[in-house]
Order: sequence, then structure tokens, then C-alpha cells
Amino acid sequence: MTSNQQLSSGNPSVDIEYRRKKNAEEMRYQVVSFSLMIFLTLVAFAAVAMKGFTAWFTVPFIMLLAVVQVIFQLYYFMHMSHKGHEAPSLFLFSGLFVGLVTVLAFSTIIWW
Amino acid sequence: MSTYSQKKGFGATLWDFLTTVDHKKIAILYLIAGGFFFLVGGLEAIFIRIQLAVPNNDFVSAGLFNEIITMHGTTMIFLAAMPLVFAFMNAVMPLQIGARDVAFPFVNALGFWLFFFGGVFLNLSWFLGGAPDAGWTSYASLAIASKGHGVDFYLLGLQISGIGTLIGGINFLVTIINMRAPGMTYMRMPLFTWTTFVTSALILFAFPPLTVGLVLMMFDRLFGANFFEVSMGGNTVIWEHLFWIFGHPEVYILILPAFGIFSEIFPIFSRKRLFGYSSMVFATVLIGFLGFMVWAHHMFTTGLGPVANAIFAVATMAIGVPTGIKIFNWLLTMWGGSVKFTTPMHWALAFIPSFLAGGVTGVMLASAAADYQYHDTYFVVAHFHYVIVGGVVFAVFAGTHLYWPKMFGTMLNEVLGKITFWLFFIGFHLTFFIQHFLGLWGMPRRVFTYLPGQGLSASNMVSSVGAAFMGVAVIVMLLNIIITSVKNVKVGNDPWGDGRTLEWSIPSPPPFYNFKQLPLVRGLDAYWLEKMDGKKGMTPAEPLGDIHMPNSSFLPFMMSLGLFIAAFGAMYHVDKEPWALPLMIFGLLVTFGSMFMRSVKDDHGFHIHKEDLIDDDEKGVKA
Repeated sequence: MTSNQQLSSGNPSVDIEYRRKKNAEEMRYQVVSFSLMIFLTLVAFAAVAMKGFTAWFTVPFIMLLAVVQVIFQLYYFMHMSHKGHEAPSLFLFSGLFVGLVTVLAFSTIIWW
Repeated sequence: MSTYSQKKGFGATLWDFLTTVDHKKIAILYLIAGGFFFLVGGLEAIFIRIQLAVPNNDFVSAGLFNEIITMHGTTMIFLAAMPLVFAFMNAVMPLQIGARDVAFPFVNALGFWLFFFGGVFLNLSWFLGGAPDAGWTSYASLAIASKGHGVDFYLLGLQISGIGTLIGGINFLVTIINMRAPGMTYMRMPLFTWTTFVTSALILFAFPPLTVGLVLMMFDRLFGANFFEVSMGGNTVIWEHLFWIFGHPEVYILILPAFGIFSEIFPIFSRKRLFGYSSMVFATVLIGFLGFMVWAHHMFTTGLGPVANAIFAVATMAIGVPTGIKIFNWLLTMWGGSVKFTTPMHWALAFIPSFLAGGVTGVMLASAAADYQYHDTYFVVAHFHYVIVGGVVFAVFAGTHLYWPKMFGTMLNEVLGKITFWLFFIGFHLTFFIQHFLGLWGMPRRVFTYLPGQGLSASNMVSSVGAAFMGVAVIVMLLNIIITSVKNVKVGNDPWGDGRTLEWSIPSPPPFYNFKQLPLVRGLDAYWLEKMDGKKGMTPAEPLGDIHMPNSSFLPFMMSLGLFIAAFGAMYHVDKEPWALPLMIFGLLVTFGSMFMRSVKDDHGFHIHKEDLIDDDEKGVKA
């Protein structure tokens, strides 16, 4: 056994009651965010289907909804809200930043 | 008794290196392969300077000159500087954080062999119909029109070695995040480890744009796509953007580890802790961050418009601030220290003014309006050689002398080391200082000759004489290496006497498991702290126990060889050669077959037993 490996919780004095409460809480968040995501998807479909809006409104609007859904996905389903995810989120956001700067530059100085 | 330290024959040693997953041996492989490509790139540089020494020279033809400058740039950046930097990262970083290896030893070996086969593929172009000739930046309008297979060698070779670099970078990131010894917090990591960390993050984000660019151009050249073909609705400027979104972070990928090496050298030989450690870390991260927002300063004259030019000009000048912080910190590290003028310290001292000169011309070039004058002249050539040679190459020489005892257990000769230094230092400034003026006088870069009576002859001769000095310096260093290896005088843990970080607390070279017991780190400069407390070595953080080690494997070699073979098939498929497609399929089968083997065959590694470790100690055998 090397000490390079992370020990998974081998702690005998784990508070089962606390764990159970935490899990229930987590489950509630997941259900809430899941229904919100379904709702946002319906809103997106509705925005496209409705006659009244121009593309200048609908395109940014559904993209905004998509971003919100991605955040829900990352934080409530992929557990980024938990402790110990600092390094992955740092790299996730740095990568996002680099990608967005590229898209911004391309859309402003090449294609516009 | 321990069987790990027995003498081996040549065949066994070769097999050992072909299959090794040990970070220290992979470091040696990187050093040898990078050193070889450095000699190749250096030879190309000498040819360039011979051709340009006198006006109207016909030492090489115009076409061959284009091939030589392209290969000089490509080889030096991708196949010499990167692997040499990787050599030191592999050799030193795991030791500095108190780890027994990198996080994924198998992937580490795979990274090396991919780089190696990519490099060999690229250089085989010399013997197979001509090298790439579109410049190391391979701008699309030139590259797509280039006849023959030269540019295809560039595309496929860099693609293969790029995968190797990318997985190497990811490996270092995971290692630094997960495998630090007990007590080694982020803010106790030596600066070389920090720069390795930031560099690896830059690799992670910068290599994908290159991969995308190379893939698009590969489709253009090999499969008739038109991404960069203006007459078909493509856009040639997109290649420039993709290349420089990669290319600018790439130069920081090279220079940050160089900063790291010098940040180790200054405290060791000033016998004083690094001045402003936390501001050094901050500056390193900031340089990495800003490095992604300045790429368009390579393209000021492509017509981005004044707003874009202004934004990128200001962002570029901002990089001078964190770099300035570093320069002052190094100076203040020496201030009041008891400085020892060893060979590594010579390089470090010479680095400051040399690199600073390159930085200052960098700010000049960053002024977009003025850049219209400097663009594509020898002024630019002088600038980037001042930062890359004065920064990266100096660091590679310094690191070679500093870490040679840790990598090979012998000490390079100090007298020869200083001769190398003075020859190279004088040659470097002789070659490149005058090129600033050549540029200002109007000599364009990438021209294969010039006419007499243009006022360029004498200065070009001076420049070529300087190149000869650098050539001699490298030969002296090779002699130094040979003499040192033949004499083979072994040294102890801390041959410089003033080592501060963990790598100097273990034998030179370290046993293959590095640390018998992981060390307890009590602060910055962990080994120095223990020495100041009057202790001989580190306090162990764990009881002596079995050590789990990875098995060697030949699969990384086979995976890379498969891609190497497949690349030939892909390239000659364009010529409608009947054997090309089967060759490509065969190569891919080798690669994917090896990957399949790796996936299905369980490989749990092995354990070094506690008893063997105790034996090592009692008999005084240091593997």
C-alpha cells in the first residue's frame, strides 16, 4: 500500500444518520434541478415555436437557457458543488475561458 | 540481497530503455533525443549562416534554403527545446514533490515515444523527396501551394509528436495535483515544480488549437478540402489565428520551465532563499494567463483593424510586468547572498541581461504601429533568438550542468563548463546583436541571399562568425560529457553542497523507487530546513513498507511505431500508390492492437518488499 493512493473513507466512526440526511438533501436538489431543466427545455421549444419573436431574440435566449442547464448539470448531477473539486473546476473554467476568447476573436475580427 | 543493481550488457540496457516507464530513465531518453535534434537543428543553423556569410552566395540553392530555415525552426522548437525541457521536468519534478514516479508512468513512456517517432518522421523528409519549405509557421497560402510531400511530413510529424506532448502535460498536471509528499502544500512547491505545473496547463490548452489547425490543413492537402483555400471560399487567415493561439502560449511553455530552472539556481548558489517566493508564483501564473490573450501580435500586419491591434498591443505590453517582477526577484535573491560562481550560475547571470534585451525588443515589437516597420525583418529574428536562446537554451545548458549529477551520478567538469559558457555567450551576442541592426537597415528575414553594396555584407559576416563560436561551444560541451562519462567519478546526494529542495536529499542518481520512505515536508526549501536544523536528511513521513511499482512495457513503443507507419500510408495514398492504403491500415492495426492489449491484459505492477529495502541500507548499496 503506497501512501500515494488516496484512502477512501475507511473511517469506522462515520455518522450514518448524517450521511442519510445529506443524501436526502442531495436527492431533493437533484429532483428540483431535473424538473427545472425539463421546464427550461420546454421554454426553449416554446420560444422557437411561438410566432411573435425574431431570431435576434430567440437565438441568444435559448443559448442562455442552455448555459443555465449546463451549470445545473455540472453542479447538481456531476457533483461539482462538492468539496475536492477545486482543481477540476479551475481547469474547466480556464479551458472555457480560452475557448470563449477564441470564439470572441474569431467572430469579431475574422467573420464579422 | 537486492538484485536491482546488477550490471547489464548492452542489449539488456537497450531493452531496458525501450520498455522503461521510470520517469528518470524517460528523462534520459528525452535528453538524448532532444540533444540529438538540437545538434541537427544547430547544424541547419550553421548552414544558414554559411549561406548568408557573404553576398550572392551559392552554398545552398534558394529552395534548399527554404527547407533548411523551415526545419531549423521546427526542429529547434518542437524537437529540441520542448523535449529538453521535458527531460528536466521528468528528471526533477517528481523528486521535488517527493513522489516515487509520475501519476501515469505508462503514459509517460507513451508520450516520449510518440514525440520521438513524430520527430524521426519529420526529419526523414530530408531523404524522401525534400523537407517542408513553408516556414516553421507553415502559413496556409504557402503551405497549400508547396509541391511534393514536405509539408505533409510537417503536418503528420507534428501531429504525432503533439499527441505525445499533450499527454505528457496532462500527466505532469495530475502528478503535481495528486502526488505531493505529506506536508508539500502548493505554496511550498519549489519554483521549478510551479513552472512545470503552469507550463503543463498551457500545454493542455494550447495544443488542441494546433491539432485542429493541423487536421484542417491535412484535409486541405491530403483529401482536397478547402478550409484555407480563398478561391474556394476558405480563409487563409484562420490558419494564422489557430497557429498563433497555439504558438504564443508555446513560447511560454518553453520559457516558464527556463524561469523555473534559474529560480532554482539563484537560491542554491546565492545560498539564500528565493526572494519574493509568493510573488514569483503569482507572476508565473499571470504570465501563463496573459499568454493566451496576445497571439494576434504576431499578425499586426494582416489587417485586423486598429481596435484589435490596440487591444493585443496593450495585452502584450502587460506581460512585461510579471516578467519584470521575476527579474527583480532574481536580482534581489543574489543581493546580500554569498554567491558561488559555478557553471550553472554563470548561465543564470548571463541569462538576466540577455533575456532582458529580448524582452525590451519584445515591447518595441508590441507597439502595433512601429511593428509595421519591424515586421518580417531581421529585427524580429534577433528578438526571438534573444528570448529563446538567451532564455531557453541558456536554461537548458544551465540545467544540464546543474542536474547532470542528479541524473547520471557524475559531475561535469567545471573548467570545460565555463569554457563552453564563454564561447557560447560571446558567440550568441556576436551572432544576434548585429541582427537587430540588419533588420533596421532593411534586411528581410527568410531571404536566401543579398547583393553586395547594400551595406549588409560586413554585419552578416560578423553574425556568421558568432555562429561558429556557438558551434565550438557545443562541441566542447559534448567533449565534457564524454570525458565525465569515461572518468565516471560518482558523487553523493548533494554534490553542489547547497541543495535546498528534496531532490538533493536522495542519492545521485536516485534509486528507482526514489524515496524509501516518503519525506515529511516542513516548509519551503524542505531539505535546506532540515540541514539548518542540523539533521542529515529528511524526516520520514511513513514507516518503512512495501513499495508498489509499475511494470515495464514495450507497448508504448509499439503504439507509437504503429502511428509512424500509418503516417507513411496516409501520405503516399495521395500519389495513388497501391501499397499506401494497406500500409496505413497495418500501422493503425499495430497501434490499436497494442491499445487493445493494454486494455485487456491486467498489469498490476509489482512490490518491492520491505526486507529488500532494509538490505539495501545495511550493505550500503544505493541501487
